Amino acid sequence: MEYFLHILVLIGIYTVLAVSLDLLVGQTGLLSIAHAGFYGLGAYTSALLAVRLGASFLISLVAGMAVAALVSLVVSFPSLRLHDDYFVIATFGCQMILFGIFNNWVSFTRGPLGIPAIPQPTIFGWNVRSRISFVLLTALLAVCSYLVVTLLARSPFGRVLRAIREDEVFAQSLGKNTLRFKVTAFAVSAALAASAGVVYAHYTTFIDPSSFTVTESILVISMVIIGGPDSTWGPLIGAAVLVTLPEALRLLGLPGSVAANLRQVFYGVSLVVIMMVRPRGLVGRYGFGR
Amino acid sequence: MATIRCFDLTKRFDGVSALEGVSVELLPSCITAIIGPNGAGKTTLVNILTGFARPDEGHCFLGDCEITHLSPHRIAQLGLARTFQNLRLIQQVSAIDNVRLARPQQRGERLSSALLRFGLAKEELRNTEEAMRQLKFVGLAEKARELAGELSYGEQKLLTLACCLATEAGVIVLDEPVAGVHPEMTLHILSLLSRLRQEGKTVAFIEHDVAAVRRISDLVIVMDHGKVIALGTPQDVLERSDIMEAYLA
Repeated sequence: MEYFLHILVLIGIYTVLAVSLDLLVGQTGLLSIAHAGFYGLGAYTSALLAVRLGASFLISLVAGMAVAALVSLVVSFPSLRLHDDYFVIATFGCQMILFGIFNNWVSFTRGPLGIPAIPQPTIFGWNVRSRISFVLLTALLAVCSYLVVTLLARSPFGRVLRAIREDEVFAQSLGKNTLRFKVTAFAVSAALAASAGVVYAHYTTFIDPSSFTVTESILVISMVIIGGPDSTWGPLIGAAVLVTLPEALRLLGLPGSVAANLRQVFYGVSLVVIMMVRPRGLVGRYGFGR
Repeated sequence: MATIRCFDLTKRFDGVSALEGVSVELLPSCITAIIGPNGAGKTTLVNILTGFARPDEGHCFLGDCEITHLSPHRIAQLGLARTFQNLRLIQQVSAIDNVRLARPQQRGERLSSALLRFGLAKEELRNTEEAMRQLKFVGLAEKARELAGELSYGEQKLLTLACCLATEAGVIVLDEPVAGVHPEMTLHILSLLSRLRQEGKTVAFIEHDVAAVRRISDLVIVMDHGKVIALGTPQDVLERSDIMEAYLA
């Protein structure tokens, strides 16, 4: 039972990551490879505040989201002025820099040794300790993320994001400051990704850089693409599929090293098949294959 | 009413002159046609006026405001809207959503308002009504809910015009508004441009259809090899054999 609850917590966390990335990929048509970096930024900010300063969970949450949003502004202002391809490269660079900081700034982040003994959250007197509590917490966070992204998508703000995705020149010709919209969407996406990192840190009580590699970014991108960009349920379905199916490989009784490699093969094959057979993903409205 | 003035515009692409010392003025309540053979520099001129290209030399003014180095969205916000030779629309959304997108200064485009939704429903209602008014003006009211990509080519041209009008711009610049459309649709589009002139808008359009130019324009600018080679009323300019030879060449 505990194992299944753990899977549900992971699905919740990855749903938040996929929903937040969908704001960029699905709504705005921007591909970011820095999502794991922002996820890690939330986790590290919150862990350091909680462990070193004894900050409460909510303060850590707000701080983690704010730091990620600020870093996203530093990356996006110069890179989004250029062509979208440069943005992809810039986010890749950002991911590598953030990972480098997590891994190499040993005096601050403890590097590969990681940060242990991160306290579990207490929110307005609610002590989140059991697995079921964490399922509820991650579900709450996922619902909040859905709410934020859906409110944005269904507003004039979201209409401009989709216009940027479809034809940025047209949006500019109608007086839309497309840079402002892209920068804002990137900041919101980064902040939501960081919120997932905060919950992850307080759930596992230990973080190290290996959870925030570029592979993790590609996993979240895969979730968005497989679930279906620009759709209500796509991120949840993508997260559920890519969290549960590889876990199912463990049930086959394969050795750990083989299962880990098979998992990577599974991601790759899934992406290739989805792009060929269903470029809009399982339930998406917008696809890369158009 | 807005006047567009530009002085000594020069633009080179890899050493090739697209514009050389071009100075023109677009007057309010006046339809100006820009004609010339392919490669004459017409679209480059429009791109510079609307901020999609930067001149190497020269200056552009919208009224008293210099717009030479402003971004396209800022120029559109100041009141200069344009269409493109290759139709630009959001094909996957309805006609009315394309027009609603064009409405200026929407509170719901701010992050806080989009999330908190204060007054958003009322604003959306107003924008929908205004978008419908523009669609009625161009004759697309009955197609408001159809996807832009499913409209005919001529209807898509009308929709781009409706989008321009929804921005509340005082100056409308159209790149080949009647190219490739049915003769009846051409007459309809030309009659709309005449109505815009009556409403005091400044209208300019690039066109190859000399009959259309003769029918509605008040002023004709003829360009060739990046220069203005003639400027005057259609009667003056289009009767000159040297001009027509250059144009037809």
